[in-house]
Amino acid sequence: MAKKKGSRQKKAETRVDFTPMVDMMMLLITFFMLCTSLSKPQSMQLTMPSNDKNVNEQDRSATKASQTLTLYLAGNDQIYHVDGIPQYDNPACLKKTTWGADGIRSVLINHRTEGGYTPVKNIMAAKKLLDSERAKDKSMSDSVYNAKLDKIKKGELETGKVPALTIIIKALDTASYKNLVDALDEMQICAIGKYVIDKVNDDDMRLLKAAGVK
Amino acid sequence: MGKIKIKKADVWIDMTPMSDVMVLLLTFFMLTSTFVKNEAVKVNAPGSVSEIKVPETEVLQIIVDKDGKIFIGLDKPGYMQEMLEGFKSKFSGLSLSAMQEKNFIGLASFGMPMNKMSDVLKHEAGDVNNLQKEMGIPTDSINGGMSEFQCWVDAARNSSFGDKMKVAIKADAATPYKVVKKMMSELQDMSENRYYLITTLKKEEAE
Repeated sequence: MAKKKGSRQKKAETRVDFTPMVDMMMLLITFFMLCTSLSKPQSMQLTMPSNDKNVNEQDRSATKASQTLTLYLAGNDQIYHVDGIPQYDNPACLKKTTWGADGIRSVLINHRTEGGYTPVKNIMAAKKLLDSERAKDKSMSDSVYNAKLDKIKKGELETGKVPALTIIIKALDTASYKNLVDALDEMQICAIGKYVIDKVNDDDMRLLKAAGVK
Repeated sequence: MGKIKIKKADVWIDMTPMSDVMVLLLTFFMLTSTFVKNEAVKVNAPGSVSEIKVPETEVLQIIVDKDGKIFIGLDKPGYMQEMLEGFKSKFSGLSLSAMQEKNFIGLASFGMPMNKMSDVLKHEAGDVNNLQKEMGIPTDSINGGMSEFQCWVDAARNSSFGDKMKVAIKADAATPYKVVKKMMSELQDMSENRYYLITTLKKEEAE
């Protein structure tokens, strides 16, 4: 507006005090920060075999002994493994190992099947390759990735087929839930497609007792 | 001596940018957050490298605390009501007043044996959690049939959201496997074979 002589209108104070508003905002933010959880919990999917007694032995898929590994999760965070089918009258087949990368994971990685394959090592390498491929090529969709991962987990690698391992996890009553989750975690890290949580039967108990496991 | 005139400094601080930032922060928190539910018990889920998210809706959450007590929760109060209706239709002996039912529906998760229900639900919501955390849902079978736990799951499964229902298990890291096995085997008996095990994120150790 052009200044005119004589118009001595006092300019109204247009500044608004924002301090109370800021105070209120602070309160609201504090409230939201305290009563919310930002991160959603993670989860792992687990499919258990059906308890249906009608499934007979023939319908269950059988695998070769050298491609099978049985894990026993015992109390006090102890873990034992049997390579191949457990020999119930030979406690020496039960070997003790530890949790973590130096223990159970290296057992899995270095497990040799007949024919001299180390399937877990090969499969893990293939998975790593696939992961880096995906990191480079952003256009790869989840479904393509999962299909490829499934194929790798079955042992169908680009360099030829390797026999995939089957892991049987048997947790004793004294084991904790953490042990079970840790074991399932190892399956995921080692990209093992076939694993099952089985019940501990009397033969297993006898074997564990003979080996001095509580 | 003459008075020294100090020019009064302008102490007015412009709060506008600050309030801008505040509004942004507030909006961020409001949009990204989910409220912490007041669970019956606090459990420490074990860590895992898995990165699958828990589904958000139609989740039947089974909480197992470290002593092996079992609690069940659903994500919406409406679902809780449906489950309660389904459960009540199985047991004619169970009668709850409107106030008790309202109390039940408001719970984030519950775990009490059927015969204690009307007794516990008389109390205020805060006290209910204190009382029920000593109880848990029994997994013993009733006269050789389904256990109370199985009846609850069955009631949830047969309600309107039953087809989409997912089972999530949240157990404490120190829970004995025996309890988890019993609970899972009861679920398997009713052919609920797929679960989400709720874990916390743990980074993969360097190889």
